[in-house]
This record gives sequence, structure tokens and C-alpha cells, in this order.
Amino acid sequence: MTEAVIRHDPASDGAPLAVQYRVIFMRRVMWLGVLGIALAVSIVLNVATGPSGMTVGDVVMGLVDPASLDQAQRVILWDVRLPFAMLAVVVGACLGLAGGEMQTALNNPLASPSTLGVMHAATVGASLAIVFNVGALGFPENYAIPIFAFAGAMAAISLIQLLSRTFGATVDTVILFGIATVFAMDAAVSLIQFIANDDSLQQIVFWTMGSVSRATWEKVAIVGIVLAACLPMSLGQMWQMTALRGGEDQARSFGVAVDRLRTLVLIRVSLLTAIAISFTGVIGFVGLVGPHISRLAFGEDHRFYLPGAALAGAFILSAASLVAKSLVPGILIPDGIVTALIGIPLFLALVMTQKRRA
Amino acid sequence: MTALSIDGVSVSYGGRDVLNKIVMPLLEDGTVLGILGPNGAGKSTLLRALAGLQPYRGLVHLNGERIEQMPYLKRAGLIGYLPQTLPQATTLISYEAVVSACRAVRPDMRREEVERAVEAVFDQLGIRHLAFQALGKLSGGQRQMVGLAQVLVRGPKLLLLDEPTSALDLRWQLNVIGVISEIVRAKGGICLMALHDINLAMRHCNRLMVLSDAGVLAEGAPAEAITTETLHHAYGVRGRIETCSQGRPYLVTDEVSS
Repeated sequence: MTEAVIRHDPASDGAPLAVQYRVIFMRRVMWLGVLGIALAVSIVLNVATGPSGMTVGDVVMGLVDPASLDQAQRVILWDVRLPFAMLAVVVGACLGLAGGEMQTALNNPLASPSTLGVMHAATVGASLAIVFNVGALGFPENYAIPIFAFAGAMAAISLIQLLSRTFGATVDTVILFGIATVFAMDAAVSLIQFIANDDSLQQIVFWTMGSVSRATWEKVAIVGIVLAACLPMSLGQMWQMTALRGGEDQARSFGVAVDRLRTLVLIRVSLLTAIAISFTGVIGFVGLVGPHISRLAFGEDHRFYLPGAALAGAFILSAASLVAKSLVPGILIPDGIVTALIGIPLFLALVMTQKRRA
Repeated sequence: MTALSIDGVSVSYGGRDVLNKIVMPLLEDGTVLGILGPNGAGKSTLLRALAGLQPYRGLVHLNGERIEQMPYLKRAGLIGYLPQTLPQATTLISYEAVVSACRAVRPDMRREEVERAVEAVFDQLGIRHLAFQALGKLSGGQRQMVGLAQVLVRGPKLLLLDEPTSALDLRWQLNVIGVISEIVRAKGGICLMALHDINLAMRHCNRLMVLSDAGVLAEGAPAEAITTETLHHAYGVRGRIETCSQGRPYLVTDEVSS
């Protein structure tokens, strides 16, 4: 699947480079298609998995023609399982895209909303919203937590940017700032939990475990709209981001306004991360592993890398939510736990594979 | 016509002058200026300043216009800069890296136009065999060639090349310098390149500037700029300029000056 090293065919020396490149281009389009099909299969399996006894055939028929199901099955399929499956897809896509953009903007393959503390800062925001019950102040519940989570994520990203600019944005320093942010935000969440009442504490603890089980169509729509708004903006800057991978000074000399690009990317990352996890709680590693899978499959041409990271993120969380439902019959393990348990070995395997190929 | 003037350019880092009031007579179309000098003399800093990547005091005019007041995109279209080091850890392939140099600020450029320009620059530099290899898998010299392709594909009028031959073997050094000289001669424009190899500079540049102690020690045609005194003051080396059997000047170093 990898194209990190494209084998050159000496026999094709005579053909124009553009013609030779089209073969690589089409191969990548094909892999995007394969990833899309894998995602579609995982959605169907996710929807078909559960205690009601519906078969995959029933599910597919029910999706194509809802009238083919009885009333109870229709409700289970359309109002319970489908929002559940689709929330996993849109949240995974948001986190994959956010991680992909962040790794490019910060020139750091270890950057992701979870490793740099953005997700933890969003947790602080969400925890404050829960503890101080801002819903009672007139904010609708579906918007109060996202707004506070977004504020937390933006604060973390701004702090990382400020510190990086002041002390130099090398790969090591950015990661060190990120680790410091993770610990500081974890301490802040512990403090909030310490002062929280029992109800709030329970909500916060559930939030930190991460789960798509409280999905509704409204939540799917909100996350989907943010994703649909951000993805075209990301793709609008795909060539600038591709140029940035070739070197910051080079990109500046091509006319890329690197500081402006970085600021816009990081605002998008905050928005995508905060909106995605505000309805599910903390879901780690999707934003780290998704971009790595995309990079292995598509290289770093951002025409493929960005959609690839979003698709890979969507697939990982969709598959993880399927595993979360199937692992222990009758018990729904929080997805955040599953993504971490699967994500870490998967990430290590990817890194080792990459090292062996190098 | 391209014309570059540098008047009183100064750059300081932490209160220390790295460049102090650098002045150059007007450079015109066809000039290949080699910038020489010991390590830390400010060669890279001068190129970064001219490329708009380093704040400076003083005046720099390109075609009569102050470069720091030029619109960002206009400056990027006129100036091409090759840094000394290029990133290693990327899976971006060379062909895409060069396409992105065209597309980064002109995503609306016609596909055929981009493909023609990219094909031409890979042919010109003789690096078609690198087109579909990941930058991270290339040697330092190969990456330098792809970096140069990224610069040349946009057809800039002012080339600023920071040690473009530092990682190249003899054949590729001659190839690169030859291509650059040819482009400047045939298409017009000006090239400023920082070099360490004095013989290469004397042979291929029509003007030389020697930087030392944050200022210009010598400037002019190669024979005027490189003298026994220049070598002694800039590098602390005793040396001579001899003439080979083909009438070309070359440097012979004798010893470190006492």
C-alpha cells in the first residue's frame, strides 16, 4: 500500500514525466476508493451489530428502503444505530483531518490534538461548562459544551504557538510544550473534578472516556456541517501545505504566507477538534494514527494526504466503535479506551514498518 | 531588463552586526555574482535578507522598486531562493515538490503549462531519474538538485542560491553552475550565489564579492577580487593566483598565515 518510495521504471524514461505521474495519481485515487469502501463496510457492520437480531441484509434493505422494516426495526436502525455509526464517522474524519493539518503546520509527525494537549484543554473547557452548568445560563446543551471546549482548544493552540515563536519552533520544543500542556490540563481537570458535585463528576468522567453512544442526528449534523465547512478550506490550501512540506524557507520564497497559513490551519484544528470531541468526549490517537496511515498510503501531496487522513480517521473510529460494541456482548466499552488500546500498537507497528523500509 | 542595487544593508543578531552597511554597485542582467568569505561572514544572511526572509536596515532596489515594499506575490515571482539546507523527513516525491512550487501561489495555473515547465526543468538539470523518488530518500546533493528545480521552474529574474554546490560531486557542481550561467546568459536575470570553492567561483562567476568582518572586503571581476591580500585578510591563508596551461586563473594555497 505504501508509496513513500515510488519505484522508478527505467523503461518508461522516454515517456513525458506528466504521463508517468498519471499512473501514480490514478493508483492513489484507487487507494482513496479502497479506503472509502472499507469505511462503507465498517459503517454497515457497525449498524448491523447489536442485540436486536437484524442481519446485514436487513440493514442494507432498511437503508435502501426503510419501508421494508417493521416500525421497531426502523426506529432501531434510523434513530439509534445509524446516528451512532455516523457520529463515529464524522468525529473520526474531523480528528484525522485535524491531525493531518497539524502535523504539516507544525512540521511535526508527532503532533496531534491529543499529543499536544489540545484535546486535554478542550476537556478543561467542557468540564467547566459541565460543572458551572452553563446550560442553565441560556446556552442550549448541544452548543454550550462545544463553545467552551473550543475556547479551551484555542487557548492551548495559541499558547503552543506563542511559546514556539518565542523559544523557537523545533520539533523537540513543540512536543515539550505539548507534554507540559497535557500535564497542566490533566491537573486542571482533576481540580475541577475535585470541586464538582456527583452529577457533574459522573458527566466529566464519562466525557474523559470518550464514546459515540450518545449520538443524535442533531449532533451528527453539527459535526458534519463543521467538517463540510473545514474540508474545502483545507483543500483550498493544499498546494501551500504541500509546498510547506518541502521546507519553510522555500515555501516563503514561493510566496506562501507561512505565518498566516499556520494560523488559519491551527484555528481549523481547534474548531474540528473541539466540535468533534464535545459530543463524544476525549478520543485519542485517531488524530495521530490517521495521518500516518494516509502518509504511508498517499505520500505528502496534500490533494491525497488530507482526504486520506480524514478517511483513515473515520475508518479507525468506525472500526473502533464496532469493536467497542462487539468485544464484550451486552457491554458498550467507551470508544476512547478502544482507540487508545488499538491505536498505540497500530501506531508502533506503522513506525516499525516505516523504519524497516527506510 | 533586471537591475539590483544594494545600498547600506545591515543585519544584527542580538546587538552584534552580522552585516554592516553592505554596498554593491548596480548589478545588471547577465551578472553571476559569487559571494565568498569565511564561515560566519554573513553570506547566507545577505541572501536571506534579499529574499525577504530576514529583516534588515538599508535599501535594496530590484528594477527600481524597493523589495520590502513590493507586493508579496510580485516579489515571490521575481525572486527565487535556494536555502543551504532542505528538509529530510518528507515522503513528498520530487515531481510533486516541483509542481507545488508552481501551484503554491498560482493554483489556477493551467495544468499543461505546469507540466511543460516541470518537464523542462527536470530535463535542464538532468534529474529525470529523481522525479518519482521521495525527497526523504534522496542524498543531500540530489535534494539540492530538486530544490534548485523548485527555484528554476518559476522562472525568477533574481536567483539567490545559498551554497548550491556544497553537497554535489565534481560533475554535478559543473553541471549546476553551467546551467545557472546559461540561464542567466540566455534568459537574462541576475544570480547571486554563496560559494566556498574559490576556483569554481573564479571560473564561473563574472563578478565576485568577498565578505569579511561583517563588511565587503573586496568586490569586482574575479582577478580584482581574489588577490593574495584578500586571501590573507579574509581567510588567514597565504596563497597565490596562478594561471593554468589553458589560461585560466586558479588558486594555490601555501599555508596558514602567521
